[in-house]
Amino acid sequence: MSPEIKLEDAFQARIDDEQKIEPKDWMPEKYRKTHIRQISQHAHSEIVGMLPEGNWITRAPSLRRKVGLLAKVQDEAGHGLYLYSAAETLGISRDELFDQLHTGKAKYSSIFNYPTLSWADIGAIGWLVDGAAIINQVMLTRTSYGPYARAMVRICKEESFHQRQGYEIMLTLCQGTPEQKAMAQDALNRFWWPSLMMFGPRDAESPNTEQSVKWKIKRKTNDELRQQFIDITAPQAEYLGITIPDPDLKWNEERGHYDFGEINWDEFWQVVKGNGPCNKERLQARVDAWENGAWVREAAVAYGNKKEKESIKVKTA
Amino acid sequence: MSESKNETSTQENSQWPLYEVFIRSKNGLEHRHVGSLHASDAEMALENARDVYTRRQEGVSIWVVESKNITASNPENSGELFEPAKDKIYRHPTFYELPIELKHI
Ligand SMILES: [Fe+2]
Ligand SMILES: [Fe+2]
Repeated sequence: MSPEIKLEDAFQARIDDEQKIEPKDWMPEKYRKTHIRQISQHAHSEIVGMLPEGNWITRAPSLRRKVGLLAKVQDEAGHGLYLYSAAETLGISRDELFDQLHTGKAKYSSIFNYPTLSWADIGAIGWLVDGAAIINQVMLTRTSYGPYARAMVRICKEESFHQRQGYEIMLTLCQGTPEQKAMAQDALNRFWWPSLMMFGPRDAESPNTEQSVKWKIKRKTNDELRQQFIDITAPQAEYLGITIPDPDLKWNEERGHYDFGEINWDEFWQVVKGNGPCNKERLQARVDAWENGAWVREAAVAYGNKKEKESIKVKTA
Repeated sequence: MSESKNETSTQENSQWPLYEVFIRSKNGLEHRHVGSLHASDAEMALENARDVYTRRQEGVSIWVVESKNITASNPENSGELFEPAKDKIYRHPTFYELPIELKHI
């Protein structure tokens, strides 16, 4: 047996034993690469996710809604930071990670390539998009890589307010005028299917799933998570009195789950490939923010250096 | 001009240094590592740590330390570092056999 294979066996044994892997531990190169890809993709999603919601901060209908949305968007920036830090423990720099995002080499969640056309979309995003994210993230609090798992615990603590503020927005609209309720229905119509796509391709089309489950990166498959989301969300839509835009959605007593219609996978792959309604706009906004902020970063470094020099002078004087 | 040129060359790596953040959640408890962040200097690291890690009153005190100043043990040496303690069961109270009727010991 080669020493490499021996190490891999010992590694797998640790995973099977539910031990966490920490940054300086030996790990297979593919485990490292998979994590860099997945954690950074997750980090990018958090910060690109601020853009569609940021679009409504100045137009929030009340101060109460505005402080809530501001706090949520600020949380998402924090989530991005926790995750970038976790990715950096694997030996990639923040600059490289940003570069991968800005050049389009790295992906972020496709859901953020859809526009936010009305205030109800902010409600739908909090309810559905954060709701779907929570299901994925709760699973990831038990992932095998320590820094990723710890970031997830922190994130999950903050997420539930996001979903509740979203649902409260929907509830208020649904109890309002017929026009307001129609707005909520329209937002649900547009965000329902993209939310289901957030869980990724079907298991049969997801070649990485098996390895991810074996390494306990994921503990449930895409299809299992999607079903869990639908089962939780369908009654919540019913409570709001609005209709999920899927004629095949129906409780299946025998399965103990909701049956649902076919997802438009063609649309999914189109958006992943960059042809969604807002792909270009989102990426451009990120690149602009990075480039226009360059002078601030440089000035901060210069100021930091100057202060350090002064403190050395004082010490040696 | 030459001086400023000199300065930028020392900052070729545009990335700010990495700091580790430790938070005391309330008085009476120790500071605990919560995560890390980049900042241009220690003062900014403190301010950012405040914004990122204590938005919901998670702390009453913050320490930041530049990551490069931390010396860590190597997992490859874990055996020689930590295994010697494994067979020293006589360091634990249960090693010593006393009659059960004895109280307060
Ligand atoms: Fe988030
Ligand atoms: Fe969120």
